[in-house]
Amino acid sequence: MQLFLKVTLSLLEGLSTTLQIFGLTLLMALPLGLLISFGSMSKLKIVKYPIKTLIWIIRGTPLMLQLITFGLGPGLLGFKGVNLFYAVIVAFVLNYSCYFAEIFRGSIESIPKGQYEAGAVLGLTKRQVFFKIILMQVVKRIIAPMSNEFLTLVKDTSLANTIMIYEITWNAKRMMNSEHILWPLFYSGAFYLAFCGILTLIFGYIEKKLSYYKV
Amino acid sequence: MLEVKNLVKSFGKTEVLKGISFSIKKGDVLSIIGSSGGGKTTLLRCLNFLEFAESGTIAVNGNVIYDGKEKDKMSDQYIREMRLHFGLVFQSFNLFPQYTVLKNITLAPTLLKTDTPENIEKKALELIEKVGLSSKINNYPCELSGGQQQRVAIARALALNPEILCFDEPTSALDPELTGEVLKVIKQLADQDMTLVIVTHEMSFAKEVSDYIIFMDNGVIAEQGTPQEVFEHPKSERLHAFLQNYQS
Repeated sequence: MQLFLKVTLSLLEGLSTTLQIFGLTLLMALPLGLLISFGSMSKLKIVKYPIKTLIWIIRGTPLMLQLITFGLGPGLLGFKGVNLFYAVIVAFVLNYSCYFAEIFRGSIESIPKGQYEAGAVLGLTKRQVFFKIILMQVVKRIIAPMSNEFLTLVKDTSLANTIMIYEITWNAKRMMNSEHILWPLFYSGAFYLAFCGILTLIFGYIEKKLSYYKV
Repeated sequence: MLEVKNLVKSFGKTEVLKGISFSIKKGDVLSIIGSSGGGKTTLLRCLNFLEFAESGTIAVNGNVIYDGKEKDKMSDQYIREMRLHFGLVFQSFNLFPQYTVLKNITLAPTLLKTDTPENIEKKALELIEKVGLSSKINNYPCELSGGQQQRVAIARALALNPEILCFDEPTSALDPELTGEVLKVIKQLADQDMTLVIVTHEMSFAKEVSDYIIFMDNGVIAEQGTPQEVFEHPKSERLHAFLQNYQS
């Protein structure tokens, strides 16, 4: 019983770090993703192609590689004392904003041209058309792909253990090694499962809330 | 009140409008007929500044508001202001799905601050009544039939008091039994002396409601005149064949 409490406390500690990675990543990657999606749709080639290249590199290489690059790269280049937690946040934000950008781009481009034109012939500015007409339709269309990304992010936070961030998986592994038991591994799985379960419920609720209109 | 001169518009190498000129008076109803690909819709889109003709002019009430020579010099603000001379009702309605019927109609006047919020709403309710949808003000577009959606779209366009209201095949996306209710609303507008430009395939409707008919073929006005002249005494072979198709 005492061991169970010990493991639980350790995993809860890890959960707090996991939640920080999760929260900070979303907080920054969502707006940055929208910005990157605008860049990738830009008519200016000098903006569009560098952005497209960035998206290609970030989506085309493993997140773990990116974590190691941002976590250990600076040290190898002679910058001492880089905060590993910040490195993790930078890697996650960059990685997820590129995925978000593609989701945003896909749904923005899937809104019928007629919606823009209807706004235009009513004398609205491009900004008004986007924020008052297009955006809510985009929100509705990104709910399903976003719920995928959110769930993936929950589980991806476990990759941070590769550069010594004490999140759930790290703490589970530590317990396994120090106490010579296997079950903390499955116990940690229950944490992820519960986290994802809550998110799934929230997304289901949002989807229901938005079901009053069709796009 | 509307005078179009020598409008030329190409997409790539294809010339879609090859010098279109016509004029209508206030209160006139102009119908534009012709087979698909003849340039009818493009003409309407040029009037609404959704396409920009390479040359030619558009004048409203004697003022040239569009000149193809200066199309690259127009500011966004200028284009927005000039657009408001016209209203456009689309073939596919294009209502805003996330807003109720009422909000669809009040959205633009509210954003453009054309009036006080109370007056905007009052006017919107009047327009909704006019198109016969008072019981639907709080419904969303997905809850309406195509005919009802198109009537809302007409009310939405009217809310900005356009001087000329354009219709781009307003009944083409509707089931046959729903076209009547939309045509009735358009007829009502015509009877109230609104200036209308209607692109349509509804020949009997065009004949009944129009003061003037333009037959477009292959980017030019192949024939024009009163409904009587165009429908009963077509001069050209093309128009003759076109009308024959519709009678059979």
